[in-house]
Amino acid sequence: MTVLVYAEHDNSQLKSETAKLVHAATKIGGDIHVLVAGSNCEGIASEAAKIDDVAKVLLVDNENFEHQLAENTADLLVEIGKDYSHILASASTTGKNFMPRVAALLDVAQLSDVIGVESDDTFVRPIYAGNAIATVQSSDSIKVLTVRASAFDAQATGNNAEIEKLDKGSEAKGVSFVGEELTESERPELGAAEIVISGGRGMQNGENFALLEGIADKLGAAIGASRAAVDAGFVPNDMQVGQTGKIVAPQLYIAVGISGAIQHLAGMKDSKVIVAINKDEEAPIFQVADYGLVGDLFDILPELEKSV
Amino acid sequence: MKILVPVKRAIDYNVKVRVKADNSGVDLTNAKMAINPFCEIAVEEAVRLKEKGIAEEVVVVSVGNKSCQEQIRTALALGADRGIQIDTDESLDSLQIAKLLAKVVEKEAPKMVILGKQSIDSDNNQTGQMLAALTNMPQGTFASQVEVDGDSVKVTREIDGGLQTIALTLPAVVTTDLRLNEPRYASLPNIMKAKRKPLDVMPASDFGVELTSNVKVIKVEAPAQRKGGVKVADVAELVDKLKNEAKVI
Repeated sequence: MTVLVYAEHDNSQLKSETAKLVHAATKIGGDIHVLVAGSNCEGIASEAAKIDDVAKVLLVDNENFEHQLAENTADLLVEIGKDYSHILASASTTGKNFMPRVAALLDVAQLSDVIGVESDDTFVRPIYAGNAIATVQSSDSIKVLTVRASAFDAQATGNNAEIEKLDKGSEAKGVSFVGEELTESERPELGAAEIVISGGRGMQNGENFALLEGIADKLGAAIGASRAAVDAGFVPNDMQVGQTGKIVAPQLYIAVGISGAIQHLAGMKDSKVIVAINKDEEAPIFQVADYGLVGDLFDILPELEKSV
Repeated sequence: MKILVPVKRAIDYNVKVRVKADNSGVDLTNAKMAINPFCEIAVEEAVRLKEKGIAEEVVVVSVGNKSCQEQIRTALALGADRGIQIDTDESLDSLQIAKLLAKVVEKEAPKMVILGKQSIDSDNNQTGQMLAALTNMPQGTFASQVEVDGDSVKVTREIDGGLQTIALTLPAVVTTDLRLNEPRYASLPNIMKAKRKPLDVMPASDFGVELTSNVKVIKVEAPAQRKGGVKVADVAELVDKLKNEAKVI
């Protein structure tokens, strides 16, 4: 039994999800190999080799993998992955994009957003926006899983695994990269941050999100948003926390002006400590908040910034 | 061109689901059902492409028992031209659904297939990608913008760090994100008209697809409930609790 973990990276940095996926892989058992596929990504392979319990890093450095388009990434994983018992990728937009393609080409089911490993064939995953938790058993010859990284701790580093270079990768047919528009931020990444402060419709407009920035900077927090705030155009959609956005589980989640719809709770209710700041004391967010403060966020936020 | 839009009957997104006492699944008896929100966006996008003169025909397809005809009729009322129900009582995985849809693609030969990125019940986010793989089409997932230009389509995708734009050669598969469009409401005359639009029923067993799944649901449980917290009086008390009680800042 050998588990293949697809390394999450952006060609310049190995993402923290990878070490969490390796931790999930240790719960499955067997040898663990990490696949680094990208362009100019040798440094990422050396980073991956440091993760404990990784037996081998496979490096595919080819310009065709620069944008990790689903079509050629899936073909690569099908070619390499058929010799493995399990293939794991993060349930990020990258993993969600190519993994079902891998599963279909291997003619096996895919288990999405796995949050628990019971054994090498039995896994736990949320359904219905996290309102039910299913335990499922797969009898497929190769188990293809996307893993919710926030549900696992990061595996420690200190290892020095062998790196094997593979010469593979063809150009994807029928698809070409046109461009991208990435949100610039100096704050920690939403999915990996220890503290997240999020604003909702109660923020009233995009400018008012500046009220969260001072607090975020002092706490080293990432800034998130509810779907209402994104749909209203206050902030870009990659800041959205929820069933259809990012799923986070930080140590501290501060929800400001967020009512707490099912869809939003699906994205943050596994946070260790939840704080709600809302002027409506009936807001559903108070039912999951460890600490609730009823009041006007425009009075509370400046005071909070001063006191942290 | 012809656009195929697969739609799913799912629990209404406002319903708080209840897990069955025997842990066999979620109790859907008497629950309000609706067209999955992402599928509704897919139908809207296809209808808009028709209104722009880019598409000639919009075909909706749903896999399920007779009750999913209700959702097909909803899509027809929103502007789709005809419907196909692949009739089955089995609850199928994404892979089997994708295999059935692949057969429909083979028969109908659409230039584009637009699906929702995920259904809000199983939360799988797989079917579009699997269909693209099985039919050897390129895929544009999590689309927030779709621009057809001759024989190709430019898709702006919502990715973790922001937005990415790719160009796909048609025929292609596109899956919709929430921000692609704002679906319209069906008017009463359109609902009446939709009743007369053609709807073919085909038994899933006729498709030559193995319908058994290799994934078995062992149990479904309610998630751990969070304990009710406390209300604090002011910012000073909140900061004090976070520092000294919860020790998170």
